[in-house]
Amino acid sequence: MQKVRRVISVIVMNESSVLARVTSLFAGRGYNIDSLTVAPIPDSELSHITIVTKGSPKVIEQIIKQLHKLIPTLKVIEHEEMVEKEMVLIKFPIGENLSNIQALCSAYNGGIVNVGVDMVIAMASDEPNRIRHFIEAAHRYNPCEVVRGGVVAIER
Amino acid sequence: MQMSGAQMVCEALIAEDVKTVFGYPGGAIMNVYDEIYKQNAFEHILNRHEQAAVHAADGYARSTGKVGVAMVTSGPGFTNAVTGLATAYMDSIPMVVISGQVPLSLIGTDGFQEIDAVGISRPCTKHNYLVKSLADLPGILKEAFYIARSGRPGPVLVDIPKDITAEMGEFVYPKEISIPTYKPNYKGNDRQIKKAAEAIKRAKKPLLYIGGGAVLSNASDLVRELAEKTQIPAVETLMARGVMGAKNPLLLGMLGMHGNYASNMAMSETDLVISLGARFDDRVTGKLSEFAKYADVIHVDIDPANIGKLVDVDYPIVGDIGTVVEKLLPALDGVNTDNYRAWREILNRYDELHPQSYQDSDEVLKPQWVIERVGELLGEDAIITSDVGQHQMWAAQHYPFDRPRQWINSGGLGTMGFGFPAALGAKRGNPDKTVINITGDGSILMNVQELVTASEYKIPVINIILNNHFLGMVRQWQTFFYDKRYSETDLSFQPSFKALAEACGGIGYDVTTKEEFDAALKDAIEQNKVCFMNVAINRLENVLPMVPSGGALYNMLLEHKDQ
Ligand SMILES: Cc1ncc(C[n+]2csc(CCOP(=O)(O)OP(=O)(O)O)c2C)c(N)n1
Ligand SMILES: [Mg+2]
Repeated sequence: MQKVRRVISVIVMNESSVLARVTSLFAGRGYNIDSLTVAPIPDSELSHITIVTKGSPKVIEQIIKQLHKLIPTLKVIEHEEMVEKEMVLIKFPIGENLSNIQALCSAYNGGIVNVGVDMVIAMASDEPNRIRHFIEAAHRYNPCEVVRGGVVAIER
Repeated sequence: MQMSGAQMVCEALIAEDVKTVFGYPGGAIMNVYDEIYKQNAFEHILNRHEQAAVHAADGYARSTGKVGVAMVTSGPGFTNAVTGLATAYMDSIPMVVISGQVPLSLIGTDGFQEIDAVGISRPCTKHNYLVKSLADLPGILKEAFYIARSGRPGPVLVDIPKDITAEMGEFVYPKEISIPTYKPNYKGNDRQIKKAAEAIKRAKKPLLYIGGGAVLSNASDLVRELAEKTQIPAVETLMARGVMGAKNPLLLGMLGMHGNYASNMAMSETDLVISLGARFDDRVTGKLSEFAKYADVIHVDIDPANIGKLVDVDYPIVGDIGTVVEKLLPALDGVNTDNYRAWREILNRYDELHPQSYQDSDEVLKPQWVIERVGELLGEDAIITSDVGQHQMWAAQHYPFDRPRQWINSGGLGTMGFGFPAALGAKRGNPDKTVINITGDGSILMNVQELVTASEYKIPVINIILNNHFLGMVRQWQTFFYDKRYSETDLSFQPSFKALAEACGGIGYDVTTKEEFDAALKDAIEQNKVCFMNVAINRLENVLPMVPSGGALYNMLLEHKDQ
């Protein structure tokens, strides 16, 4: 069956083992995790987990139901109409390319965020596939480290 | 009131009306055992292995419908309990298991008998807790019982560090409970129920497919009423034996890998499957693409994740079986039972063509005869537990189960060693009933130490060992599919089961003929002691019919030349 990509938000009680419950569900049942982010929801006892996964429609349906079945899960949202963003940090050696790097970053909602003696750190935040382009484009400036943040999403 | 965490555990058990706890002490749980010593509101049964303690709590739960309770220590005590948790989890049995844990300050240090109990048990419990503060303990215990018994039931583990059971604090046991993130849906959607009723009225060949959920929801009477009102024939899964009652003319039998011909053909030809608390397990469906190929599917289940998991569903209804059937009944007023008459006749002919039968013998005892004989003599009065293997299937096929909770076996996990301890739990929960464990010469050795428990507490469970000197079910597969290469399944080397039972304070019988069997069973019931009835049966008897795994349900092996 055709595999589809899905972004799923899971609203859970912010308790110690909840992330382990979610991830061991994926591991134990053989579901994919492409990316996973988690942070507390302000002024609440809840956390927001965003998961990007792939699977056949039947598998996606099971993932959503199984997530819902976890006792600390309040809500599961299978995103359709959403705003989706990801952030990336890249470390470059300092060279004559600084202004090119600067220009590249601003094309992807970013900029230089730190300058050291022999390196700079650049940041971009954009849609996940644009972030992929950004990383590809950054390759020509010999990045020494790339850290992606994982996807966050919000329903429109 | 001020009290220790250990006292709180006991108070909570009392508040939950627990009468029997099965368990085994050790360092990390000693504070609780000290409090158990001081009270007499509930009894504690010292099983001789933690796995058996959990199975006993499970058998207690299955036979009474109440939450079973077991207690174990940390480390090896807990790991021994895991098979018991997994067994209960797979069959959705309400249970609370309390385990000791090393003190909070030692957690994460690889302390003596420290093991990550919540980590290990996460995939085989409905929910679990590591108690991190005494203030949380009463609420967690309350939640544990509530979660175990509500919605789709299941086992819950509460892991309590030793310093928390020693600490003093205020005990207030919550009266009410509400977990905002956990709201099981019992009611069923009225519109869907109405649509399902219309589909039933339109169908020509409808079939009730009854699963263990009908037992768990105590919906037997309603399910029977539904069948009788509509005159729709029914098949039961392994877990649902007893729901319809063996004498019910609408019951075709058990379906699946070892189902009878009429049941499997009914499922293959039906035009409307009415699934009540069944979950389309692979041992039931055989090859999925051929399963109920011509049918629309109504699926009633308390667990939404079961619906549409394996089979596409036309009428999904999330809810409690009893509640939904109760609403379905009036929606079926005016149903014309003649609509299904031709269908019933077809199925009756199938049953006449290949009834559930066997070839009896004068030379050697046949296991099927033994089961049917127990059924004739004890019928509805006995509770039958079983282990896993051929004997389990023969029991499921041939015993005339007449009521729910009469048949207790490990269906989902298929745990050898389940039967004897489960029988102890069932007998403790039903002291007036005769409890019989139908077991095999392989399985019985997997919790044989329970002879001692049974003798000490005078729990007179009758173990009928259908002895084929084989790991028979595996041997059967080797006969059929591995060219009779009997790799590691020959159990010719045997203990004296009679002497084993006697060594532990029980009674043993060696049985080789029908007369001996009748005499032994009569004596065992009169003696009122735990016993091993070692019944020599035909070594190479096979369980038939059989759907080879992965095959279509209608392709049954009905006989085998090596019988
Ligand atoms: C704990 C466990 N180990 C292994 C198995 C695999 N298994 C299933 S049936 C069976 C044979 C059981 O032999 P016995 O108890 O003598 O029953 P019989 O089939 O001979 O009636 C085995 C080994 C199992 N189900 N459970
Ligand atoms: Mg055997």
